[in-house]
Amino acid sequence: MNPQAIGKPLTRIDGRAKVTGAARYAAEFNQPNQAYAVIVSSTIGLGRITGIDPAAEHLPGVLAIISHLNAPRLPYNPHKGGIDPSYGERLHVLQDDQVRFYGQPVALVVADTLVRAERAAAALRITYDAQHPIVGPRDKQAKPIAPEADGRLEADNVRGDPEAALASAAVAVDITSDIARQNHHPMEPHATIAAWDGDRLTLWSKSQFVANEQEEIAAVFGMAPENVQVICPFVGGAFGTSLRTWPHVTLAALAARQVGRPVKLALTRRQMSFTTGHRPRTLQRMALGATRDGRLTSIIHEGTGETSRYEQFIESLTSGTDFMYSCPNVRTRYRLVPLDTGTPTYMRGPGEASGMYALETALDELAYKLGIDPIELRRRNEPRIDESTNRPFSSRSLMACYDIGAERFGWAKRTPEPQSMRDGRLLIGMGTATATYPAMQFPASARARLLADGTAEIESAASDMGPGTYTSMTQVAADTLGIPVGRVRFSLGNSDFPPAPPHGGSQTMAAVGSAIRAACLAVQDLLVERAAANPRSPAHNMGKEALEWVDGHLRRKGGAASGQSYAEIVGAAGGVPVEATVSVARDPEIDNKYSMHAFGAVFVEVSVDPDVGIARVRRALGAYGAGRIVNPRLARSQCLGGMIGGIGMALMEHTSLDARDGRPVNAHMAEYLLPVNLDIPDLDVLFVDEVDPHVNPLGVKGLGEVSLVGMAPAIANAVFHATGRRIHELPIRIEHLLGV
Amino acid sequence: MAKHHVTTTVNGDPVEYLCESEQTLLDCLRDELDLVGAKEGCSSGDCGACSVLLDGRLVCSCLVLGVEAEGRSVETIEGMAQGDELHPLQRKFLEHAALQCGICTPGILVAAKALLAKNPDPTETQVRYWLAGNLCRCTGYDKIVRAVMDAAAEMRGA
Ligand code: FES
Ligand code: FES
Repeated sequence: MNPQAIGKPLTRIDGRAKVTGAARYAAEFNQPNQAYAVIVSSTIGLGRITGIDPAAEHLPGVLAIISHLNAPRLPYNPHKGGIDPSYGERLHVLQDDQVRFYGQPVALVVADTLVRAERAAAALRITYDAQHPIVGPRDKQAKPIAPEADGRLEADNVRGDPEAALASAAVAVDITSDIARQNHHPMEPHATIAAWDGDRLTLWSKSQFVANEQEEIAAVFGMAPENVQVICPFVGGAFGTSLRTWPHVTLAALAARQVGRPVKLALTRRQMSFTTGHRPRTLQRMALGATRDGRLTSIIHEGTGETSRYEQFIESLTSGTDFMYSCPNVRTRYRLVPLDTGTPTYMRGPGEASGMYALETALDELAYKLGIDPIELRRRNEPRIDESTNRPFSSRSLMACYDIGAERFGWAKRTPEPQSMRDGRLLIGMGTATATYPAMQFPASARARLLADGTAEIESAASDMGPGTYTSMTQVAADTLGIPVGRVRFSLGNSDFPPAPPHGGSQTMAAVGSAIRAACLAVQDLLVERAAANPRSPAHNMGKEALEWVDGHLRRKGGAASGQSYAEIVGAAGGVPVEATVSVARDPEIDNKYSMHAFGAVFVEVSVDPDVGIARVRRALGAYGAGRIVNPRLARSQCLGGMIGGIGMALMEHTSLDARDGRPVNAHMAEYLLPVNLDIPDLDVLFVDEVDPHVNPLGVKGLGEVSLVGMAPAIANAVFHATGRRIHELPIRIEHLLGV
Repeated sequence: MAKHHVTTTVNGDPVEYLCESEQTLLDCLRDELDLVGAKEGCSSGDCGACSVLLDGRLVCSCLVLGVEAEGRSVETIEGMAQGDELHPLQRKFLEHAALQCGICTPGILVAAKALLAKNPDPTETQVRYWLAGNLCRCTGYDKIVRAVMDAAAEMRGA
């Protein structure tokens, strides 16, 4: 492969459609004769429904009011996609009178217009027998449990004797932290349009995983998966909330079947706060022991995350701690607290974002106790191999990230003493932290089709929630085939295409990119066969070994002739398109041989106004070692988005639940605070030139998650540097900083 | 309840639609006229995704009723490019990678256009203030500000 497109900062292929308003998202596939459904959400946090007043049925335009009283019993056949918690059972919607959490869908109003559906939903009277829900992990009645083993993650990991090592350590820190529940709140709310044609169902539905949505809905309704098609060409941000298929998709399909018309169902912003997952609140303890010269002798990380009563949501909260630094004595422990709320789900940087906060703030505190620069402390504990598995890293550029990051950021100008830097009356602080995220790659498949005009069509049931999948995959296909990007058309977001894994975990480039590359190579092989079988072809009767592809032309190896183009080969065979569909999985040998992760070093400068206690990020820089960067323009853009996600986590985002009934008290964009244009400073992104020959043939590791991880601890460390105050709670708020 | 018959102008073209009393201008554009460029992010005036111009003034179309457009002029993202030719703001957004998922983008472009109509030479702070009501969860914002500044310079002929 001769990279012409890969590595180039191409502008976004889907950009024109997006800046002109032409791109169509799930809610924008209106169907003829479409009706509208509105979910009625429970207003209690636990208990049962005692009555539903049917009067609203007679309001104008109402087609149906569906509740457990009249909903058909749905098969809910067993189905777990890789994205569903392996322990527990998904919510069965409208199947019984039980209310398990505040906001659970308890009825569905379907009407001929949205206004009429909303009117009837507001008029619907439901009575309940309410009990007191437990909605916070600090509630005295909340009981932590060990997660049922699910093979993905060990709840307890130990090496050496960390307790004894901590007790005898020359220097130690032992801190606890509390990170708030967050909601993804992508700017596009969840939406589904469902239409039945006999026993075939089409769903235009916001999804990061259309292949799974197809299978899940087929299982819920007891249908053959091939009778369900899920279409989603554009995703308006999701960050994890559209990985699973949530109850509203079932409800849209159910409503459409009940009223015999296509139905559109969109969640309100408020409903986005309780039925479609959240980043679980976490409580953590991090204890570190070290020698006087800063070698770690003990690490103890105990983390607890929220889950629901009906499913155990597990994330890799403590995984980074296992391998991040060199240390002979390490214990990590993971627990869950089941609560009367909906099930949490993956949110950008799941696990690592929260876990690395605990590790990296503790390390900063240790650096102060030792009087060692925080970067130097990390350097002294840089491991040679992954000590939790005894495997080498496929590549690890952490220290290179610190070096180029510190240089560009001007770390040397920092005076270490807290409160030692000022700008007028503002306190200035600089902080740094490590970021990491595993380089995953689930099996993926793709189809490549060469047409008689020499253009290529590529298809995969992948998604693009914004990072640039359309563009980067086109680059991979163009380079593999040796043709300009303008001759490649890539389509995604359709469950009829070859299946792709979830568009999450920063693996789309690795997984889908590898599948597309393989499909392009496979179609080239088919074309070689075509050419060899053609008596008029210069490649007639020649084997693959004797031929080569150069710039989209097939020629004799080392030959001087320009060879035959795709158009010529396909044309000579009657113009019938030639296609190949290929599935690719990572070689399990590689997984057993190497520890594979992206790494980064994050630098932040904050100002704290000592009079009003407001902390602001003034500058931030992320330096990442994430393998090959396929499109630097879009990669940089994606990293900036991840970094401000981290600013939100550190300083703003918090879904606050009323302890009496589990009601989110800030379930709207005015009070669920996110960074806005005015909050965001000068941000910078650097990439280390990292070549990873092992991780996958493309050498890519993914960027979406690692760019969020590390921001929050870097900010908290900068706040400490500015103020001398160590805040162990996120988000850091005004009340934490008053009187500094 | 009878629907209202509304006659208005959208992107310079005369249009008519039927709407209910409570139906928002945003829903009329999207569901009655199939102009889906304006997006619904919150329906409470907090996100700016639904931004359109009403008689030249920037409004959240989720907070305007469909009937209020009677006899007035509405401009949406669909009217921004001249045929195949992108508006300088649209071009600069592509160059600066100032969009990702794109759901906030139409609202931001319409808002930015309104800013530049009022103030062709805004400072960076003015851009940030003006666009503070347009939430974006993906991009990191900075590129948006750069793109607007760059487009403003080009439009001034600087
Ligand atoms: S949808 Fe109108 S401001 Fe958010
Ligand atoms: S680009 Fe996704 S919300 Fe702005």
